Amino acid sequence: MLPCTGRIDESLLLKAFENGADGVMVIGCLEGDCHYISGNIRARARVERVYAILERIKIGPNRIRMYNLSAGEGSKFAAFANEFVNQIREVGPSPINLVRGATKTEAVTAKETT
Amino acid sequence: MITGTPKPIEEIMEMLEPYDNIVLAGCHGCVTVCRVGGEKEVQVLASTLRLAREAAGRTINIREVSLERQCDPEYVEQMRPYVTDYQAVLSIACGAGIQFLAEKFTTTPLLPGINTGFLGVTERQGEWSERCQGCGDCVLHLTGGICPVTRCAKSLFHGPCGGSVQGICEVDKETKCGWQLIIDRLVALNQMENYGKLKPYKGWNSSRDGGPRRIIREDMI
Repeated sequence: MLPCTGRIDESLLLKAFENGADGVMVIGCLEGDCHYISGNIRARARVERVYAILERIKIGPNRIRMYNLSAGEGSKFAAFANEFVNQIREVGPSPINLVRGATKTEAVTAKETT
Repeated sequence: MITGTPKPIEEIMEMLEPYDNIVLAGCHGCVTVCRVGGEKEVQVLASTLRLAREAAGRTINIREVSLERQCDPEYVEQMRPYVTDYQAVLSIACGAGIQFLAEKFTTTPLLPGINTGFLGVTERQGEWSERCQGCGDCVLHLTGGICPVTRCAKSLFHGPCGGSVQGICEVDKETKCGWQLIIDRLVALNQMENYGKLKPYKGWNSSRDGGPRRIIREDMI
């Protein structure tokens, strides 16, 4: 959890995928409402760059998405979170997790057979 | 600054195919400013490579470093204690930095992670343009501060060619005619007399024509 999207950079987003995330949802303040003027606009550009990277290396697409909300929009937050979770369920586990899962299974199988 | 652009990730992956344990080296100099080879770019490229390799079923160990400058020996030497522990170094500095690492670490393969561009300026975030070709014989004092070698597509020295139409170069519609810029500027500065002061010919022996160049400043040695 990172409390301000203005602090986000591409490497943090990619790290989440390295750490096993199937998807990353970035929620910033409403555009025009950023305390740091353009932090959320910059975050959107960074999210777009990571989206392109993930697509290029065949991890994505559709595994990262930016939403904008105000702090008072609780029900909208819940709706966006549900929408994103459904989106990630549809695209399935990240190829990284599939590879890691297969490696784990192989290791378990090897242990069982010895 | 020296500018550059990232190499396509596919090209880098192909270069890295024989290796599983590498150093990824950035530089805090020009390539940091033009956002192609600094500390942040090291982090992003390292993550990207790890993800791409793991997704392909094979992991890669990457040591992430960022030197103050890859073109100065004292900073390059900081890598010496550990560089031989790795199979290769992928550098995202300019071509000068990459070559300097290769000269210093003779038993370790050096791989370029960027395509080095030109000596240029930042027009705005994300846009750079060329200003200098390092010809070694500067005439900017006579040309209103606009370089005919760089800004004229043909590097002409005595005014625009026939391809200049309404201030635009025939090379492409986005390129302004360097000589139109020079004349306009000289007129604005009331320095048109400088136009006649240009040398009858330009000696290119101080440029690339004489092969790789060296500067030796006896007063600094």
